[in-house]
Amino acid sequence: MPGKVRSHINQNEPLLFERSSPGKKGYQLPELDVPAVDAAAALGAANTREEIEDFPEVSEVEVIRHFSRLSTWNYGIDLGLFPLGSCTMKYNPRVNELVARTEGLAWAHPYQPAEVAQGAMEVMAQLESALAEITGMDAVTLEPAAGAHGELTGVLMIRALLESRGNPRKKVIIPDSAHGTNPATAAIAGYGVANLKSNDKGVIDLEALSRIANEDIAALMVTNPNTLGVFEEEIAKVTGLMHSRGALVYMDGANMNALVGITRPGDFGIDVMHLNLHKTFSTPHGGGGPGAGAVAVKSHMEPFLPAPRLTRVNGMWNWNWDRPRSIGKVRAFYGNFGVALAYIMAHGAPGLRQATLDALLNANYIRKGLEPYYDLPYQSPSMHECVFSDERQAKLGVRTMDIAKRLIDYGFHPYTVAFPLIVHGALMIEPTETEGKQELDLFIEAMASIAKEVETDPQFVLKAPYDTRTSRVDEVTAARKPILRWKREAAVSQAAD
Amino acid sequence: MRYLPKSDTERRQMLDALGLDSLEQLYSHLPQDVLLNRPLNLPAGKSEYEIVDYFRARGDENAAGYASFLGAGVYHHYRPVMVDVVVSRGEFLTSYTPYQAEIAQGTLTTIFEFQTMICQLTGMDVANASMYDGSTAVPEAAMMARRITGRDKVLAAKTVHPEYRMVLDTYSRYEGAPVAEIGYDSESGTLDFAGLEKQLDEQTAAVIIQSPNFLGSIEDWRKAAALAHKKGALLVYVFTEAVSLGLLEPPRDADIVVGELQSFAHPPSYGGPFAGIMATKERFIRQLPGRLAGETKDSNGNRAFCLTLSTREQHIRREKATSNICTNQALIALMATVFLSVYGKQGLRELAGQNLSKAHYLGGGVKRRFSAPFFNEFAVKTNGGSPDEVNAELLKRKIIGGLPLGRFYPELSDCLLLCATEMSKREQMDAVKKAIA
Amino acid sequence: MYPENFHYTKEHEWVRVDGDTATMGITDHAQKELGDIVYVDLPKTGTAVEQGKTIGSVESVKAVSDIYSPVSGEVVEINEALAAAPEKLNEDPHGEAWLVKIRLGSPEEITSLLSAAEYLSYIGE
Repeated sequence: MPGKVRSHINQNEPLLFERSSPGKKGYQLPELDVPAVDAAAALGAANTREEIEDFPEVSEVEVIRHFSRLSTWNYGIDLGLFPLGSCTMKYNPRVNELVARTEGLAWAHPYQPAEVAQGAMEVMAQLESALAEITGMDAVTLEPAAGAHGELTGVLMIRALLESRGNPRKKVIIPDSAHGTNPATAAIAGYGVANLKSNDKGVIDLEALSRIANEDIAALMVTNPNTLGVFEEEIAKVTGLMHSRGALVYMDGANMNALVGITRPGDFGIDVMHLNLHKTFSTPHGGGGPGAGAVAVKSHMEPFLPAPRLTRVNGMWNWNWDRPRSIGKVRAFYGNFGVALAYIMAHGAPGLRQATLDALLNANYIRKGLEPYYDLPYQSPSMHECVFSDERQAKLGVRTMDIAKRLIDYGFHPYTVAFPLIVHGALMIEPTETEGKQELDLFIEAMASIAKEVETDPQFVLKAPYDTRTSRVDEVTAARKPILRWKREAAVSQAAD
Repeated sequence: MRYLPKSDTERRQMLDALGLDSLEQLYSHLPQDVLLNRPLNLPAGKSEYEIVDYFRARGDENAAGYASFLGAGVYHHYRPVMVDVVVSRGEFLTSYTPYQAEIAQGTLTTIFEFQTMICQLTGMDVANASMYDGSTAVPEAAMMARRITGRDKVLAAKTVHPEYRMVLDTYSRYEGAPVAEIGYDSESGTLDFAGLEKQLDEQTAAVIIQSPNFLGSIEDWRKAAALAHKKGALLVYVFTEAVSLGLLEPPRDADIVVGELQSFAHPPSYGGPFAGIMATKERFIRQLPGRLAGETKDSNGNRAFCLTLSTREQHIRREKATSNICTNQALIALMATVFLSVYGKQGLRELAGQNLSKAHYLGGGVKRRFSAPFFNEFAVKTNGGSPDEVNAELLKRKIIGGLPLGRFYPELSDCLLLCATEMSKREQMDAVKKAIA
Repeated sequence: MYPENFHYTKEHEWVRVDGDTATMGITDHAQKELGDIVYVDLPKTGTAVEQGKTIGSVESVKAVSDIYSPVSGEVVEINEALAAAPEKLNEDPHGEAWLVKIRLGSPEEITSLLSAAEYLSYIGE
């Protein structure tokens, strides 16, 4: 076996509830410096619970062993390349985590008086202005909680702007290569979806767009580079066309990592966009979140941004709630702050640009290395990711998911499987800039080796992974007979089996 | 550029392999007119020391070291050291959404434990892997209730967190779904049941109440549920102070429970990022938004977990999905899971008990505005000047007072909303009591 | 595989007519395309349905497929057993795993459906 993998201790660990035994404690509270109040007397007996049934009771040592053992069953960027296309799994600098815990910032309450919240507001203002410069937009809000939430914010603003012009219109055009969040967002914002088929180069077909961009169309939602990793070279014409039809253009900034320092959405006609701070700006994915979905707009959309907005009066930051045209609030309080600014500060302007160039270099290096082994359905130049298909392997009965599972045995997290939908059996690979040549060579070697395995012994690949603690998981039974929580009865019958 | 692992020699070798002379050739196919032909107008890169120093200085401009009696949806609770020890492990911190179950059992197992603990705390059958936060969970609950009942109208108590109601309004306005307000009883500070009964009708999808409500009062969810159910509407129970679940009877008659997790080990962070929860009855599983982890077996017959019922979600159902939500707040949910493991069955109750005792000490001998039972927050009339004046006086002594309620409730402009937690010290509470008396 | 006395749609449903009632389901081809079926969403008894309109859906782990009513009329019975055992749709789609029974509102619609031979040639088998 080439590459990174060796067997390793990988311990068993029951669930917390199974580890629990009555009377164990992992905490000690300070002695109460006020009289103890009887709960039933203060709250009323009907409002007071007897106990939290079956809640775990474990010691401190057991807590750390439990979670540490569980952690060893996970793969993370800290362990190696995480080539998930569209997800931008780059290194998460640890200083970001440290600064997020800076006492005066971490313990700042959103309602504390402005005179003792200047530092927090300054950090947010700095981040907003850095993101505006990077995107070429005029104003930024940090309020949305994640990318899809940013999309919703943006589309609601489009609706508000069009309503102010007298007609919100009915539909949003979404290319068939888009993320699933785009159509789901349009629907929640009250818009129908008009699907746009990509052309044979995998990009927007300007003529097809022109045909459907009628007076019912509120906006186009575009991802650039698109999910094939291809830059929409006619983007300026696309945005020009939409504007000439009285519609707006929303950009899904999921792939901004390909553009920073090279080109700016604000300079090619985008009206509103979101940034996934947990992708391009290195905040950790943490097993699925928190995300952060800053939204950037051109000045004509600024009045519609969610309230409140930071304003500086007499040298002091304050929150301005007097925003009569705002779409309202999309989340309580003000938004995520801190970590992304630390990332921007660490790179600075030259570093951000170099990061983009390295991301492009890595993706193209992988593309070149894998072309002999996998089918490349679109020949257009790749930006930060490349998309292959399983066409050659599928003829032997091996699909993209099987190749992905086998890749795990080689010590890598799989690429993005079966997306974008316009590529049948897609292998979508995004290495990001934070990989050196050595790791990329190991990955290419692993993928080449799997391609050869498929030719010599496809059955073997179909049963992968072999070297993980958990073998292939039965997702069908999970969905047919959902067990979504631990229950004592289940545990008893299991022990009896 | 310390986050970029390649040397120039490596870059050269890779360019050679691609048959290119320069990195710029990698994007030479982009049209000239969209290129940025200047450096970004941002400072040069900073050292780690400078970054830490910058953030420390900003933190010092805030209220570092101050005592605080603010609650109102964001609470000061002690964070056990264990929380950061666990969430700082790269295997949790730097992993992705656990779609590849074979190498994500760590995250999946903790999500399953989280879902279980949320069910145990809320008295519901099923909980998802978390929402963005409490405020966005409210419109998600409203949308869910509309899907289940096939009705449009939502009744939201005026005592639900005002910012949560603003978020609900934003979502609902564009869905064309009406939201009506239910007032509160000016003596008890709890739901105006007569008003609720009057407004409930056959078009009502959901009644949304918060308990303890924004004014601190404990609501009678049994009565609210009975009224809602009589008209075929659902009851949505909202909480902002998760620690209250340690002592309060869980809202078993509610149909959907949503709330904010911040109290379980996440610092106030000037308002975000937080995490929310959503829990419901078994029969509504298919209408629940967000990610879910489920138990199953691997091909060797061993227990394993995976994300499941994903056909509800946007990446499969696209415009027909239950929600456009994609991210869950896994790391913050993990913080909560560790926090709840550390405190456990007895500890959470004891912690809640300390909050109750401290708040009742703080609320003793002052003019509390409402008569209903309260947990760790209450509204109080300030006698020693206006709420703002009292706060200004306290601030001089490095104490952040309560929230002036007039900001959200003009009729309560003479009141502060005060909160005490296990971190409130007696002498500081005495100072606050003196200032308002 | 595809009974001669059934009628078929291009959306991969089958229909069997007994007097004024039509029994419908999804075809073997459809279940193969979907893979392991994990959930079935069916209309309530009494629902009025219209030919070509969505009446429910079938789900595999990673896909959802709408079910379209092949005929117009009223749903008089649904196959309750599928809720607990959706796998039957993979095992016996043309028999035990029927989906709903519809009292025909416009019996003449049947003539617009495909015969077994036509359906087979449509799916290229």
